[in-house]
Amino acid sequence: MNELHIKTMADYMAAGEEPEILFWVGCAGSFDERAQKITKAVATILNNIGIKFAILGTEESCTGDPAKRAGNEFLFQMMAMTNIELLNAYNIKKIVTACPHCFNTLKNEYPGLGGNYEVIHHSQLIQQFINEGRLKIENGETFKGKKITYHDPCYLGRANGVYEAPRAVIEQLDAELTEMKRCRSNGLCCGAGGAQMFKEPEKGNKDINIERTEEALALKPDVIAVSCPFCMTMIRDGVKLAEKEEIVQVLDIAEIATKANGWT
Amino acid sequence: MLEQLLFVLIAIAAIWLFARNVKTIRRNILLGKDIDRSDNPSERWRTMAMVALGQSKMMTRPIAGFFHILIYAGFIIINIEVLEIIIDGIFGTHRILSFAGGLYNFLIGSFEFLAVGVLLACIIFLIRRNIIHLKRFSGVEMKGWPVSDANYILIAEILLMTAFLLMNATDNKLQQLEAAHYHTAGSFPVTSALASLLPNNESTLVLIERTCWWFHIVGIFAFLNYIPYSKHFHIVLAFPNTWYSNLNNKGKFNNMTSVTNEVKAMLDPSFTPPADATPGRFGAKDVTDLTWVNLLNAYSCTECGRCTSNCPANMTGKLLSPRKIMMDTRDRLEEVGNNIDKHGKDYQDGKALLGDYITPEELWACTTCNACTEACPVNIDPLSIIVELRRYLVMEESNAPSSINNMFGNIENNQAPWKYSPADRTNWINN
Repeated sequence: MNELHIKTMADYMAAGEEPEILFWVGCAGSFDERAQKITKAVATILNNIGIKFAILGTEESCTGDPAKRAGNEFLFQMMAMTNIELLNAYNIKKIVTACPHCFNTLKNEYPGLGGNYEVIHHSQLIQQFINEGRLKIENGETFKGKKITYHDPCYLGRANGVYEAPRAVIEQLDAELTEMKRCRSNGLCCGAGGAQMFKEPEKGNKDINIERTEEALALKPDVIAVSCPFCMTMIRDGVKLAEKEEIVQVLDIAEIATKANGWT
Repeated sequence: MLEQLLFVLIAIAAIWLFARNVKTIRRNILLGKDIDRSDNPSERWRTMAMVALGQSKMMTRPIAGFFHILIYAGFIIINIEVLEIIIDGIFGTHRILSFAGGLYNFLIGSFEFLAVGVLLACIIFLIRRNIIHLKRFSGVEMKGWPVSDANYILIAEILLMTAFLLMNATDNKLQQLEAAHYHTAGSFPVTSALASLLPNNESTLVLIERTCWWFHIVGIFAFLNYIPYSKHFHIVLAFPNTWYSNLNNKGKFNNMTSVTNEVKAMLDPSFTPPADATPGRFGAKDVTDLTWVNLLNAYSCTECGRCTSNCPANMTGKLLSPRKIMMDTRDRLEEVGNNIDKHGKDYQDGKALLGDYITPEELWACTTCNACTEACPVNIDPLSIIVELRRYLVMEESNAPSSINNMFGNIENNQAPWKYSPADRTNWINN
């Protein structure tokens, strides 16, 4: 037990209970220092709404996504089948992820290997809470009058058609949502997808994350909102390089929701 | 009578040649591996109707989209007139469909406006390519033949439309002069304005009219046989290409069954793979390792470059160009096809798509962001070719960048792409 009241599937099983939903944290959310804050924000929201959720804890593994995008189908399927065995053993029905890459893989590629679950991205869950009136954006840090632009992650947007859910959170704020020219289905990649996160970029005349961050910064936003831990890394690097980190915040949708509610 | 005979012979030769070329292309496409794309036919018809027939993805670039639709509509609608020309050619009649009266006049009138529209659009397209030099039409793959090909198509259409309009103008004047054979038929809202510029001599007019008539129809037959060698083949293949396009979420990559069998056997020693499971090659080295849908995609590509201009790797100066991936695939497939025609079907020329056409550097620049598949006006999927080639590099050649190999090693050993201990997975809770 801990201050966030995080329980694992093993805890639930030992108590003879089942959670409503499994929170698939993901590798970035587990290990990356910045992404850990997003993980905490998602857990905080689930706690405050009163959702019975579990994590896999040390039993969680990489979904195999980066291996698959890089062409290592063997490694991907090894990971997938091991994960599916675990998820099925725990009788998992519903999964929420804080990473569009985990989301895409679990949702689209696991069913063909025997893993059938209802998989949603945390922005969709937050949108659902807002629609049900269970999550109100109030009493916290004010975003009033602030200019926010949203960067669509490829594996949430183009790959799975989720464009509105992350925007629903921003629209609840008393803020100004300004779109970049390349948004929604025309969104520009942050440069991390397809296993690029784990390698140096090929030779070129510019890094993709710089191109994307420049486009965002041109709108002079107070906040660049993202909903993917890899986009977070890439855009933050871009903002730092432009020496704008003092005036432009890069925040995940979940963090915006917790901040606006004064939840820490 | 001689004229009619000549016409019939030319028509038969043109159609026979075209059919032969189409058959070769079909054979080449079917060199690809099988993939089932017969599911959900109603959705497939809908996609074809929207994307190919309805040109729904063209208008994302409004200027090109508008003029393309003009040429497309002109092409399809003016073909009704070609039907009449063919009947007139065979039977030696003059404007046989004119019995339709008012409707006929309306149609001929619309054709004239459309023909002017097509003419204008082709001129604008030529200016965009050759005077303004739009960036989208340049790039390493846009040298030599692809550049000439695009210009030939536009010039051919300009010539055809000019002949068509001049034919109408002279016909109209001959009708006014009540020349024999040229009975009154059709209305000519555009070309009637040219009457005063034309000679008044009846035999000269007939000569011009006949020349244009012949030029127009023989030009169409010639163009028909140019199309299979050209990017212009997209006017045919856009339809099957959209019908067979990927209907799944774009993020869903196929799970390789051959790998599933091996992994299952590894995890469960009692598992016996199905007897018909052929191990073959993992991923694609050459065009014959790709699916026939990939190869159909390659023949459907009209080299417009919307994929490349939306590609984040390309716009930041990397070697990758999704258009080049498609053009390389088609070029290599043509080469393989020619080899079969010349040397028999088992001939190996020692070349391959991977290495001789596409380099690993191009493949490793891809972020799999799907901007290319989203941008393609006919739903071509360059990404699945890139992924298949990467699969070959990784699984057959162990030829990945070292940092990628490290990532694989970390996943194998620590169940995470980074070198962290699985025991630390819950550290975030108390951090």
